[in-house]
Amino acid sequence: MVNFSNLLQYLALQSPLGSDSTNTTVNLAKMGLTAYTLPALPYAYDALEPHISAQIMELHHAKHHQAYVTNLNKALESHVAAVAHGDVATQIALQQAIKFNGGGHINHSLFWKNLAPAGSAEASLDRARSLVSEIEKTWGGFDQFKTAFSAALLGIQGSGWGWLVREAGNGAGLRIVTTKDQDPVVGADVPIFGVDMWEHAYYIQYLNGKAAYVENIWNIINWKTAEERFTGQSEEKTEL
Amino acid sequence: MSSTLLRTVPALRGALRASGTPKAAGALASTSFVRGKATLPDLPYDYGALEPYISGKIMELHHAKHHQTYVNGLNSALQTIAEAESKGDFTKAATVAPLLNFHGGGHLNHSLFWENLAPASREGGGEPDGALKKAIDTDFGSFDSFRRQMNTALAGIQGSGWAWLVKDKSAGTLGLVTRANQDPVSGPYVPLMGIDAWEHAYYLQYENRKAEYFEAIWNVINWKTVASRFEKA
Ligand SMILES: [Fe+2]
Repeated sequence: MVNFSNLLQYLALQSPLGSDSTNTTVNLAKMGLTAYTLPALPYAYDALEPHISAQIMELHHAKHHQAYVTNLNKALESHVAAVAHGDVATQIALQQAIKFNGGGHINHSLFWKNLAPAGSAEASLDRARSLVSEIEKTWGGFDQFKTAFSAALLGIQGSGWGWLVREAGNGAGLRIVTTKDQDPVVGADVPIFGVDMWEHAYYIQYLNGKAAYVENIWNIINWKTAEERFTGQSEEKTEL
Repeated sequence: MSSTLLRTVPALRGALRASGTPKAAGALASTSFVRGKATLPDLPYDYGALEPYISGKIMELHHAKHHQTYVNGLNSALQTIAEAESKGDFTKAATVAPLLNFHGGGHLNHSLFWENLAPASREGGGEPDGALKKAIDTDFGSFDSFRRQMNTALAGIQGSGWAWLVKDKSAGTLGLVTRANQDPVSGPYVPLMGIDAWEHAYYLQYENRKAEYFEAIWNVINWKTVASRFEKA
């Protein structure tokens, strides 16, 4: 589970550490902060077959997502040390690594939970009554939304993600956004569900046929999670 | 092979110039870019020829599917621009710029890539010699140091992209640059040798272990091609 408030708490900590922190192996635990950990998948690696193969899921979760977590913790630890030493240049140099790996951790954590085995109760559109009604209002029909979302996914040039988001503020509506590489959805927009369009998300199974991956992903969207994020009932709301 | 490149690369350069990228020297020497269509160049070796470093399956998909898609996308972008131009619809033409950059860059980058690779049993691998070796020693310290720097640059790419050994024409020195997605090398830089760091370039064989791919590919770098680009740059 991504605990974003820890990250914010950490970033707010700008004062140098105590006298015992002059060594460079400062770690997050010493800062009273929890290192990020790989969240367990809410289903087995093969649970999304035939739409996403077990081999893809295992590599994607145990290797790729783990690497984002590991590298996020490393970058944060280096940042802590740089703060302790008053080294502003290093703190600035680490921002991109924190953004990339932190974004990778947030995005994948959201992604796993907005997928569900095909045919399961969670994968049924019936579980997202209010969201679907808002989608129909916004796009003129669910199929029109699907077409628009799929086109946005296939239009991504390079690595990135496609998201359905609920905009913040008055008259908040739904919107499709794409983010490049591991950029997370930022600002007050609430991600409802996301689809990973990095090649590692589909290549072993679909090869260059990413349109087929996009078509099949509709069978495994977790509409229960999507509805909860849309209506603000998701626990993730405070944690993310 | 080279005739295909000669036919398509000027077309690409002309097109990129139209989108605002500074033109490459010599691009105007060709008048073929208006009517010319980009075509997929033949590989200068068999799909399986780079094994065991790059599998035949990767090479086939990479060339016949991915590169072909960039060629198609480039031609389609050029056609849209030509139609918009004939109607005086420059707003429409301008909206195609990102597609032109992406597919045009993809065509150019892959065309350069295939030619700067060669089977390990032929020109592939080893180390450069002559003037190129001297320049690498001068600008990177040594060939080993250059290799390490290039692999560090490749590993640091966050997302899809390329790393290139380039000649900086204004400074007269060699350098390393990375480019996101399919952005082509341009400006004062002449691309001498590129390595594709998109996941499609290695995933079927190396999965998430991209550092192994970045190590392996040095066995199939065609230094003869790189040296001849260096001489012309
Ligand atoms: Fe490629």
